[in-house]
Parts: sequence; structure tokens; C-alpha cells
Amino acid sequence: MNTLEQEKLLLKGLAGEDKQAIEQIYRDNYNMIKNLVINNNGTIDDAADIFQEAMIVLFEKAKLEDFELHCQIKTFIYSVSRRIWLKKLQKQARYTTSSDSLEETIPVEDDVENHEKKQNDFNLMEAALAKVGEPCKSLLEAYYIHKKNMNEIAGSFGYTNADNAKTQKYKCLVRLKKLFFAQYKLTP
Amino acid sequence: MEDTLLIDAVERFANGEMSVQEKTYFEDLRKNNPELDQAVVEYLFFMNEIQKHSKAKNFKNALHEVESKLLIEGFITKGSTAGKAKVLQLWGKYKRTIAVAASIAGLVSIFIASVVSSVSNNGSDTNLKPLVEKLNSQESKTRQLETKLNKLEAGTTASKTPVKPRLDARFRATGFLIDANNNYIVTNAHVVSQVKNNLIIENNKGDQFTATPVYVNKEMDIAIIKVTDSNFKKLPVLPYNIKKSSADLGETVFMLGFPKAEVVYGEGYISAHSGYNMDSLFCQLSTAANEGNSGSPVINRSGDLVGVINSMEKNADGVVFASKANNITKAIAEAKKITGNEDINFKGSNALRGLDRVSQVKKLQDYVFMVKGN
Repeated sequence: MNTLEQEKLLLKGLAGEDKQAIEQIYRDNYNMIKNLVINNNGTIDDAADIFQEAMIVLFEKAKLEDFELHCQIKTFIYSVSRRIWLKKLQKQARYTTSSDSLEETIPVEDDVENHEKKQNDFNLMEAALAKVGEPCKSLLEAYYIHKKNMNEIAGSFGYTNADNAKTQKYKCLVRLKKLFFAQYKLTP
Repeated sequence: MEDTLLIDAVERFANGEMSVQEKTYFEDLRKNNPELDQAVVEYLFFMNEIQKHSKAKNFKNALHEVESKLLIEGFITKGSTAGKAKVLQLWGKYKRTIAVAASIAGLVSIFIASVVSSVSNNGSDTNLKPLVEKLNSQESKTRQLETKLNKLEAGTTASKTPVKPRLDARFRATGFLIDANNNYIVTNAHVVSQVKNNLIIENNKGDQFTATPVYVNKEMDIAIIKVTDSNFKKLPVLPYNIKKSSADLGETVFMLGFPKAEVVYGEGYISAHSGYNMDSLFCQLSTAANEGNSGSPVINRSGDLVGVINSMEKNADGVVFASKANNITKAIAEAKKITGNEDINFKGSNALRGLDRVSQVKKLQDYVFMVKGN
């Protein structure tokens, strides 16, 4: 199997949230990003965060139906990480000089910007979920994130039947929606 | 309630759970009711957000799982598990700056240290203040006048009782009797070292008696002086004992001393087992003390001697140090070895035990003396 096919398989695995694929990508690329961040005023914790973000960007891309990576995974992760890290440095005014001897990068501005918007929405939803309170939060998470069916949920939350759990879930959803949009409409 | 019905419909619509008939009916409703249509659009959008969120969350969870697996394996390290790495990295980054800063700091501190040591009086610790009161010339002058007056009186009225010559003292401190039979008194070594000519003690009635140092130990800051004056009237047996074990933290204590020309009562508590700079020969008290308190006996509630006041910290309020009581025992034992002092013998009693404070002080007063000299 040549490298190109291996990479395609990895990306397919990534899109399907396959842990083995994720692990393989970690092993192939993490040290490179660690060096990039640490050599540019970052800490080892920063490096771990940046790598995760790059993984999410790659994941979002891999999920797209018409996705086709025109470069190596390595190059993509490196370019995205570098872009995100430089942005962070600029925000913290820690940005000194970017060493332009850095390896070749591909243009990833759009991907990173897209990712930032998604990250923002993600944080909004997290905040709304935190505000909606218990048991709503657990109930909604059980249904929407852990994909449990209503019968299971009714059992584990102590509702007498699935219909009652469903009514409760709808009520929670109404509250969550209000909380989410209250913030969502404020952000440009 | 309407909301939940609507959500139910939207959810089933989005998940394709509606029958064809229901779906047509629902779509007709939307077409004819723009408000409802708007609500549906909003819900669809929101559902989509939740779906995106749940997908992102699930992926993040998967990432975390992989990350923690690699963390355990040691392939990835993090600051919390390897704090050293961050410090090392900072060191690497700033070592030149740190080296320059350190050398400047070093030079500055050497410079300051030399200035401080040249300014401060040599030898003695600048943070410690021995509690001997140096009497000013004004007081000396009054004394001189008094002496002259006394002489004058003596000459003219030829009174029967011979008036003792009053000493022009340069300093004042405190001492207390440790041998009522042979009239030995304990005070501080730094008090005795002030003496250039004469050393006297004065009782609470103002009578003065000449004394002479017989033993000085600077390390423990303990000195023993002997009252040599033949006019000194022997006192009954000492009302206190020397506490054998060291004083307990928090133990309340009181003291009598001469921070002024009259006996002054003070109280406090033992605040530390060691003295200045962790000196184990001393203990620390929390109390108020002033110049003149040097040599004051520190007595605990049951009337045992626990120490001898010797100094206070200059830069802190109420931090007073006392030589521990077992230093007195040591000093007596050593003084005994010196020819001429073989008779020294501490014989105490527990006459203060069980008395209220006022009675304790009354009894103790006779055994505490002002130590003066020039």
C-alpha cells in the first residue's frame, strides 16, 4: 500500500472517529507540533492544545463528502497548527519574530477561520448547556450526544415511561434554545 | 405546551419519522402560517447546531481518550505531569537575562551590605536591642544635685542615720535574687559589661547596695553578681523555683522589671521555644518590654522561674527574648567552681504557687532589684 492510500484510509478512519486512526495521526505528527510550539514561545501544554485544534480542523474537513486532501496530512496539520499558534501569540502579544525558514505551508486561512467560528458556536452551546441546569443538561446530553434512546433515558433518569421523559426533554430543549439564541444573536 | 408539540413535530419531521400524510399536512401548515414556518426554521437551525455540537463533542472525547492513552504511555507529556520541562524551558529562554540580573543583584547586595555594616555599630546585631537603659545626663545631673543636697543636709542637721552616697548611674537594668542566704543576684551579661566603675543594686525602697560581678556568660547572657554591702539585710527564702523543663508554648508569664525608676509589672506568653535566629538558649515571649527590663525574672502562673528577659526585636512589636531558666542553673553550677563563690546555692520554694497575681507580685517584689552602674 503506498503512502497516499494509507493517508486516505487514515482520513476515512478519522471521519468515522476511529480511535486507532486518531492515535496513528497523533503518533505521526505530535512531536512535530510540539517542537513548533515550544520553539516559538509556547509551553508543552500549549502544544497539546494546538495539536487538538488542528486535529479538529482536519476532522471537520475529512467529514465533508467532497473532501480531497491535496497535500500530506503532515503538511496540513503543520500549516493549521502554525496558523492557529501565530494567531494565539498575536492575541497575547507574545509574538516576536516568525522564523520564515519554517517548512513549507499551504494556505489554510479559510479552514482556520471556519474552525474558529465553529469553535465559537461550540462554546456557546457549552455555555447554554451549563446554564440550563440539571437534570436538563444530562437529559439533553444523553439524548443528543450519547445518542441514547428514550426508553434507556427514562430508565436511567427514573421517569415512569419514555413519553414522560420525552416531554421533559422537550421542555429542556425549549429552555436550551432560549439560552443559546440569547447569546448567539449577540455575537456578530 | 405548544412549543413542545412543535418540537416533537419538527424533530420527527427532521428525522424522517413522519408518515407521508402527516408530512404533507405539516408542510401545508408551514406554507399557510409564516409564524409557524419561522419557528420551524428556527428549530431546524437549532437542531442542526445541537447535532454539530454533539458531533464535535464526541470527537473531542475521542481525542481526549487517545491523548490520555498516549499520556500514560509517555508519548505525550504535559505541564502538570512534567512541571520541570516548563521551568527548564523558561530557564533556557531567560538564562542570559537571569545571569545578568543575578550578577547585578549580587553586586548591589554586597555594596549595600558593606554600607550597612560600616554604618551600623560594629559587633552587635542591629536587629536586637538589649534592654539596658542608658540614663541621660539630665537624670545624672538631678542625681548630682540630690547628692549635694544630701551632703548638705548631712552636714547641717547631723542626722542619725548615715546617708548613703548616691551613685551617678549611666545605665539601669533589673536583677533578682537567686541565693537569699549569700546574696547572689542574677542579671544579664550585657548589663554587667556596661560597668566601668561601680555596680550597685537598689531595692524597692530606694536603698542602694554595692555589688560585684562574680560570673559572666555572654553566650547565655547571664551574669551573677554578689551583694557585697554589709548593710544589705538578708531576705527570707526565695519564693520561686527554677522550672526544670522548658517553658510551654502559650504559657502565660509575668515579669517585674525597671524600665523606669520604679518597679513595673508586665505580662505576656511564651510564643516560641527559641530566641533570635533560632537560638535555643533563649525563648521568645510576646509581651511589652522596654529598656531597663534586661534581667527581669520571667515567672509562670505557678510561680516558677522560666527565664530572664534579655532583648527585644527592634523591627517587630512585642517580640521579646529571654534566656531560658535552665541557663541560671548552669550558671550557678559554673560560678560555684570559681574560688570565692563556693557558697552559692539556689534554694527556692513554691511560696507563689496558688496565689492570685497581686499577692504573687507583692511577694516577688522584694526579690527583684534595680541594677545600676557607671
